[in-house]
Amino acid sequence: MMGRLSFTNLTALAAGLAFLYAPIAILIVYSFNASRLVTVWGGWSLVWYAALLEDRAMIDAALASLGIAFASAALATVLGTLAALALTRIARFRGRLLFAAMIYAPLVMPEVITGLSLLLLFVAIDLDRGFFTIIMAHTSLTMCFVTVIIQSRLVGFDRSLEEAAMDLGCPPGRTFLTITLPLIMPAVIAGFLLAFSLSLDDLVIASFTTGPGATTLPIRIYSEVRLGVKPEINAVCTIFIAVIAVAVIAASLIGKSRERGGAPLAA
Amino acid sequence: MSSTQDRSPDGAQRNPGTDERAGKAAPDFASLHPGYESAIRGAPRNTPHRSPAARLAIVVPYLWLIAFFLVPFLIVLKISLSQTAISQPPYEPVFDVAAGLQGVRDFLAGLSLANYFTLAGDDLYLFSYLKSLTVATFSTAMLVLCGFPIAYAMARAPRRTQPLLVTLIILPFWTSFLIRVYAWINILQHDGLFNQALLALGVVSEPVTWLATDTAVYIGLVYSYLPFMVLPLYAGLEKLDPTLLEAAADLGCPRWKAFCLVTVPLALPGLGAGALLCFIPIVGEFVVPDLLGGSESTMIGQTLWTEFFANKDWPVASAVAVVLVILLVGPIVVYQHLQARAIEER
Repeated sequence: MMGRLSFTNLTALAAGLAFLYAPIAILIVYSFNASRLVTVWGGWSLVWYAALLEDRAMIDAALASLGIAFASAALATVLGTLAALALTRIARFRGRLLFAAMIYAPLVMPEVITGLSLLLLFVAIDLDRGFFTIIMAHTSLTMCFVTVIIQSRLVGFDRSLEEAAMDLGCPPGRTFLTITLPLIMPAVIAGFLLAFSLSLDDLVIASFTTGPGATTLPIRIYSEVRLGVKPEINAVCTIFIAVIAVAVIAASLIGKSRERGGAPLAA
Repeated sequence: MSSTQDRSPDGAQRNPGTDERAGKAAPDFASLHPGYESAIRGAPRNTPHRSPAARLAIVVPYLWLIAFFLVPFLIVLKISLSQTAISQPPYEPVFDVAAGLQGVRDFLAGLSLANYFTLAGDDLYLFSYLKSLTVATFSTAMLVLCGFPIAYAMARAPRRTQPLLVTLIILPFWTSFLIRVYAWINILQHDGLFNQALLALGVVSEPVTWLATDTAVYIGLVYSYLPFMVLPLYAGLEKLDPTLLEAAADLGCPRWKAFCLVTVPLALPGLGAGALLCFIPIVGEFVVPDLLGGSESTMIGQTLWTEFFANKDWPVASAVAVVLVILLVGPIVVYQHLQARAIEER
C-alpha cells in the first residue's frame, strides 16, 4: 500500500510481534538453563533434554499424541474435503442449513462443552474410552476447520479445466483425482496440518474423552504444570514447538514449489 | 472432430439444432457421466436424482456431524434433566429399551428440572456466568485495542512484506495453546522475569504477585487470542484503497475525520468477526483461567470442569453446559451467518 511505515505503525508492529514471540523465546532459552531453579540463569546446558530421555511416561504420552494427531488429522481431512465439496458444489440439498451450522458452530464452541457432550455420547453407547475415543472426538472438531480451509479454496476455483476434462471423456473419478484434487492440494495439506496441530495441542477435549491408561502429551504436561514450573517441561515444550515449526515451514515450502509449477501430485 | 464445439453442454444450449445432429453422431461425454456433472456443477434445483458421488460427499460428513455433534448435544440436554446416582453411568433414569412402552413412560417420569433450580438457587453458578461474560467482554475490548494498531500497521506495510507479516502473526497460533499459557507462568511467577525487570527498573520496590490474579488471566487471554483478532481486522483494512484517503485529504478533510469516515467503516466487518471469534470461546475458556487465575472466583468453564471431574456430578455439569450454550446461541448464530457470507463473497 505504501513504501514506508510511519514511526507509529512500525512501533505497533514491533510491539505486537515482540508480545507474541517474547514468551516463547524466553521459554526456549530457559529450556537450556543448567540451573534447576527456573528463574536463575546457570549457563547453557542440555541436562533437561537428557532427563527427558529417561522419562518413560512423557515419551509414551508424546508417542500417543502423535499417533492420535496423525489418525484424526487423516480422517478429518477426508471428511472435511467431502464436506467442503458438498457445501460449495451442491447448491441445494435437504438440511443444508443444518449441515452448515454443524460445520461452523464447533469452530467457536467452548471446548468444555464439546468435550462433555462427546464423553456423554461415548458413555451412552457404552464405548470403552481410550485412544480410539480421543481420535473420534478430535476428528469431529478438526474436520470443521479442514472444511472451512478447503471451502475457501474451492470457492475461487476455475472449473473450466474440469469441464474440459469431462468434455474430452475423462471419467468423473479420474477428473477428481487428476484435476480437482491437485488444484486444491495446498488447501488439503494446510487443512491436514492444522488438524494435526489442533489435535496435538488439545487438552480439554482429550481430558474428557480419555479413558484409563490413555494419556496424551497435553494431559501429561498439564498435570505437571499444575504442580509448578519445571525445567523438564520447558524442554518438552521446546521440542513440541520445534516439531510444529518444522511442519509449518515444510508445508509452506511445499506450497511455494507447487506455485512455481512443481510436480502436481507430489506430497 | 468438426462438431467438438457442439458437444459441449453450453454449445448445446445455444444451438439446439446442431446438437441434435451432433448428439446422434457422438454423444456428449459429460452426459455419459451424470454423476460427476452434478457433483461438480451442483445439481439443478429440485432434482431428486443425485449422483452416487455427490450423495457420498453429503451423506458421510453429514452423518458424522449428526452422530458426533448433534446427538451428543441432545444427550447433554437429556442428562441435564436427570439426577445423580451412585451407579454406572452415574445418573438416572437410564433409558431401558427392553421395557418397551412402560420403559419410555418410566424414563419420562424420571426427568426433572431440578438441576436447573440448583443452578438458579446457588450464587456460585450465577457468579461464574457473570464473571465469564465480564472477562470475555473486557478481554475482547482489550483485544480490539491491541489488535487494531497491529492490523492497521500490517495493512500499511509494503505489499511485499505483508505475506511475511501474516505468517508471523499466524505462527504462534500453530504452537500449542497450553504451551503459550505455560510460558506466561514462567514470566509472571513471583521471582519470574517480569518482576525481575520491574525491580531492576525501580518501578516497584518488592515483587508483585501476578499469578493467580485477574490481571494474569487478561494477559493470557489477550496473548492467546490476539491472532484471531488481528487477522480478520487485517483482511478488512488490507482492502482499503489509499486513494480514498488522498481524495479525502485533497477535499480538505482532516486526517482523524478521514480515519473515522473511511478506515473505520471498512474495518467494521472484520472487527465484528474478530470480536465473535474471541468472545464466544473466551466465555467458556478453561485453560487460561485455570493456570493463570486465582481460585476464589472461577469462570464457568472451570465450574463445569470441577462439577464434572471433582464432584462427579454429571447432571449438574450438563445443566451448566446447556445454560452456557443458550447464552452463546445468539453470538454463534451471528458468527455462522458471517462465516457463510464471507466464504460466499470470496
